[in-house]
Amino acid sequence: MVAAIDPSRLIACPMCDLLHSARSAQDGERIRCARCRTVLESSRPKAIDRTLASAATNVILIIGALFFPFIKLEGAGSRQNATLVDALSAFGGGLTAPLVLVVAAFIVIIPLMRAGALCYTLWPLRFGRRPYRHAARAFRFANSLKPWSMAEIFIIGVVVALVKVAGMAEVSLGPAFWMLVAMVAVLVLENHNFCRWTIWRILGQDSTV
Amino acid sequence: MDNLANTRTRQHGLTAREAGLIACTTCGRLDRAGLVCARCGATLSSRYPDSIQRTLAWLAAGIVCFIPANLYPMLITRTLGREEKNTIIGGVIELVNYGSYFVAIVVGVASIVIPVAKFVVIGLLVASIRRAWPLDPHARLHLYEITEFIGRWSMIDVFVVAILVALVQLDFVASVNPGLAAVSFALSVIFTMLAAQSLDPRLIWDSIEEGPSDE
Ligand SMILES: [Zn+2]
Ligand SMILES: [Zn+2]
Repeated sequence: MVAAIDPSRLIACPMCDLLHSARSAQDGERIRCARCRTVLESSRPKAIDRTLASAATNVILIIGALFFPFIKLEGAGSRQNATLVDALSAFGGGLTAPLVLVVAAFIVIIPLMRAGALCYTLWPLRFGRRPYRHAARAFRFANSLKPWSMAEIFIIGVVVALVKVAGMAEVSLGPAFWMLVAMVAVLVLENHNFCRWTIWRILGQDSTV
Repeated sequence: MDNLANTRTRQHGLTAREAGLIACTTCGRLDRAGLVCARCGATLSSRYPDSIQRTLAWLAAGIVCFIPANLYPMLITRTLGREEKNTIIGGVIELVNYGSYFVAIVVGVASIVIPVAKFVVIGLLVASIRRAWPLDPHARLHLYEITEFIGRWSMIDVFVVAILVALVQLDFVASVNPGLAAVSFALSVIFTMLAAQSLDPRLIWDSIEEGPSDE
């Protein structure tokens, strides 16, 4: 029995290890694990196009969010526009250094690397060409970065901070903040259109890893 | 999707491990043997090696960092010679005093309720796997998924501190500095996220069929 199993025609549930015979999801269908109901594969028409489009949009939005005014301060007689770059470089020494590192990593560096790696993986696939060298590594890297990209949490943090300083100064939000909000919206859409198993299957048709 | 024909008197089919296969959790490819997945290059293992020990180690690190995160100040404000120190709970109480109840709830849940719930849930999952507690595996998988999803949200307060420090740095007369708690809290969140990622959800199902593991 065991010897007759052909691994290439099976898939295993990543959450409970149950084997299923592999087949492609049809229009709009979601194939779920028979035991734990985890989605094994979902049919996402144009998954590559859409994921690529949202990754490219994200690169632009993150770079924009860095250099456009993020926050406008109106204190006693003075008026100031601050970008994220200003804010990050305004920090002094001491404990602020590790804090800057955490913030910069979670809201700028990791989302940017992730979007870049996705673009690198998906660009040739979109035209039906062979994947670039190390495409599998890039795509694996992009997937592992996902939980560490925290722009949506940062946005809530900005709102809480504004509530806290409400009495002390007139603070309003600039275009860079709304770019981050747009980026989160794009990520939500991307999540919906994304099926990593489908993309792995397309990547796997080429043997160069 | 049909699962494979039942080979035993059980409701469901064969697992990859029972079939002598190793499933890649990164890309879904199956292989008979090997250390590295031939499709995606991820390290291949039927179950994450030392999953329980790694989870417990990260969890312990997360709990250890959570203690100073609550004892030391998150934020140190100096205004004209006066120094004010705010702990996590102090910050929540201050929001309540200002009447910002909704924001107080958001911060309180993110900084206190979620981290503590996460410690308890991960501990419970590990114990249930090791002792093969007859808890519904579906419910446990759900708990695992929720924990993995929600843990990141604890980071809110760290971001709030960073934003306040940056804002004040740019303008005001006051000076605001992050306290030790800001860094240890961030570490606690990171370690607990790593704990959840180290736990192999497939172990939940194994323990039901194989009894207690001696890992
Ligand atoms: Zn499953
Ligand atoms: Zn793989």
